Amino acid sequence: MTPVSPALAALAIGDDGEPLIRWDWIRRNLSDDILSALKEHLILSFTPILLGLVIALPLGIACARWRRLYGPVLAVTSVLYALPSIALFVVLVAFSGLTYTTVVVPLTLYTLSVLVPSVVDGLGSVPAHVRQSAVAMGFGELRRLVQVDLPIALPVVMAGLRVATVSNISLVSVGALIGIGGLGELFTDGLRRDFPTPLVVGIVLIITLALLSDLILLLIQRLLTPWERARATRRKNRGQSRDRDRVPAAREGETA
Amino acid sequence: MITFDGVTKRYPDGTVAVDGLDLEIQAGRITVLVGPSGCGKTTTLRMINRMVDATDGTVAVDGKDVRDVDPPALRRGIGYVIQQAGLFPHRTIVDNIATVPYLLGWDKKKARAEAHALMARVGLDPGLAKRFPAQLSGGQQQRVGVARALAADPPIMLMDEPFSAVDPIVRAGLQDEFLRLQDEVEKTIVFVTHDIDEAVKLGHRIAVFQVGGRLAQYTTPDELLSAPADDFVSDFLGGDRGIRRLRFSQELDAEQAAETSRSRGDALGQDAAGPAVADR
Amino acid sequence: MNAIFDALKWFGESAQWSGPDGIPHRFVEHCWYSLLAFAVTVLIALPLGLLFGHVRRGRLASVTGFAVTSSANAARALPTLGLLILAVVLTSAGDLVPILIPLVVLAVPPVLVNAYAGVQQVEPGLRDAAEGMGMTGAQVILRLEMPVALPLILLGLRTAAIQIVSTATLAAYVGLGGFGRYIVDGYARQEYDQMAGGAILVALMAVLIQALFTVLRRWAVSPGVRLQYAGA
Repeated sequence: MTPVSPALAALAIGDDGEPLIRWDWIRRNLSDDILSALKEHLILSFTPILLGLVIALPLGIACARWRRLYGPVLAVTSVLYALPSIALFVVLVAFSGLTYTTVVVPLTLYTLSVLVPSVVDGLGSVPAHVRQSAVAMGFGELRRLVQVDLPIALPVVMAGLRVATVSNISLVSVGALIGIGGLGELFTDGLRRDFPTPLVVGIVLIITLALLSDLILLLIQRLLTPWERARATRRKNRGQSRDRDRVPAAREGETA
Repeated sequence: MITFDGVTKRYPDGTVAVDGLDLEIQAGRITVLVGPSGCGKTTTLRMINRMVDATDGTVAVDGKDVRDVDPPALRRGIGYVIQQAGLFPHRTIVDNIATVPYLLGWDKKKARAEAHALMARVGLDPGLAKRFPAQLSGGQQQRVGVARALAADPPIMLMDEPFSAVDPIVRAGLQDEFLRLQDEVEKTIVFVTHDIDEAVKLGHRIAVFQVGGRLAQYTTPDELLSAPADDFVSDFLGGDRGIRRLRFSQELDAEQAAETSRSRGDALGQDAAGPAVADR
Repeated sequence: MNAIFDALKWFGESAQWSGPDGIPHRFVEHCWYSLLAFAVTVLIALPLGLLFGHVRRGRLASVTGFAVTSSANAARALPTLGLLILAVVLTSAGDLVPILIPLVVLAVPPVLVNAYAGVQQVEPGLRDAAEGMGMTGAQVILRLEMPVALPLILLGLRTAAIQIVSTATLAAYVGLGGFGRYIVDGYARQEYDQMAGGAILVALMAVLIQALFTVLRRWAVSPGVRLQYAGA
């Protein structure tokens, strides 16, 4: 191998000549530690997503319907979002002890703080003329919500869901500081033993899990909203011709 | 005087926006570039202040090739007004008007005083000076746009559909005041529009462009109306009805336009111009 | 619930208010790490975000656009604690630099993305007017795009600041000071009042930053921008 800078060398090998990855450690611990940590990680990250979704949908719909409700809800969620996860975990220990609940509750709150605005924004993205024509055709309020508003809101909601999912997956690991952290426990283990292999394994698994979940959600979104692709291509073609000679304003307004 | 000499603008993808244009624009007068969308009139305008650079030929201001001037310096000496004004939302009206003087390094006080004076000249209430663009109506914003272009007293003004974003009544008022103002300041004005009525009302000379970036006719309004050079020009002038049809076909997809004209033709029973639109 | 009251009592003890393990000293430490990381982040991410947002056409624009947006997604997926510990295990404990690296890596994307998006969203007509009046590229960025994009830029800075302050808590876990010390030491000694006290302090700091940015937004963003994009 060609010589690299000392910094890079330090990245590849620890102070004591310890390699970044020891494959035999992975082989020895795969079935017990790593897989059970992975399982715990999945439970800890997806329970809050599901709970958050179940709460955020009605709450978001209510906020979109009664706008006055949205201000206070937004204020609360934005403060919650700012609170460091470690602080919430520690405070909750007083109430729910060292159980899954202590990790699931804060992560559910985070999920809410991302999803509620997404639902409200998504419903707000329904063009007025679409809504009016639905009303004019005799859609009832509930039917309009289910058949018109929610499908149009879906891309924005899904974008929020993807953000929340990815952040949850990486946040779960912080729970390791209070002993409930799924793959994060590999981190504390690595620090205790001054041993990089579990750290690398944990980081790689978490990133892979996050990106994979993101990809799956993206595919689901594509399947659910086939009309969005057609629009994206049209927008692209329009964009290319836009600079040549400016389109009259009225037209740009219409398509926006 | 602004001269175009064999000017062509070709985009990398092969589209020709302006094709071999020769044009002399008189000093102190209003010259209107008019034509359907995609005819290269805006590109022509933008080649004067080098927002677009010509592929071939030369554009010269008072005999001096614009390519020899650094774009920022060139543009600071040429007023520029665009559709929907393009006012800076974060600056007050008076600071918006003083933009170019600030860029030229004028004393702040002097620039502001000049801006205040200009507000009165374009018919803006001086009480609006400390307001922000979002607090003004479309017509008021457009006046600010004109004042801003005049602020450093440039000899040339380029105006790109400056009045087309406001409603017809406000537009007529703005046009009248614009003509009155021009009588006082006598700038060299190049004015782009797609509205032939506006062209005839404002222009000392009118350049009619046709799609593909060719100049179809360049003459006085009188002569344009009495002696259109070819079928394209007479078609473009049309009657009132023809103009309305034209805007129609610009705004709707060809399909929709065809459908609409058909149904109108049916309703009127004998509308000779109806099917012609669909064919064009 | 009693545990929370214990934590409040913990604040009342005089030992908490002096010495190297006192709240004032820990506060200064926490601020120091955070400010350092924040400064490095802003120096890297803000100019890049503004510049990338400014370049709209050509091949470069499509490459940077993709890089910026995917950096945001990638950063969200990175497990902070793991990075922090890895940085420490690979270097020597007690050093500040291995802590700063993950803090900066996590904080750069929100600043970058928001500055980029803010500048990109400036209407083309405004850019056109600015250039048409003879503004140079730098003038367009500083006098038009930055002030108009300021609400989004501040949002990015706020997200980064909060993320840094939260994550700086974890620095204690790898042997440094700051409010995280109370949480880590409390956990090790099974003293819940101390842990909760630390948690409350960190939470207070995050809320304080949020408030600070609300004030900053009022003060720095032109009222004209707020009017134009009311609700944004």
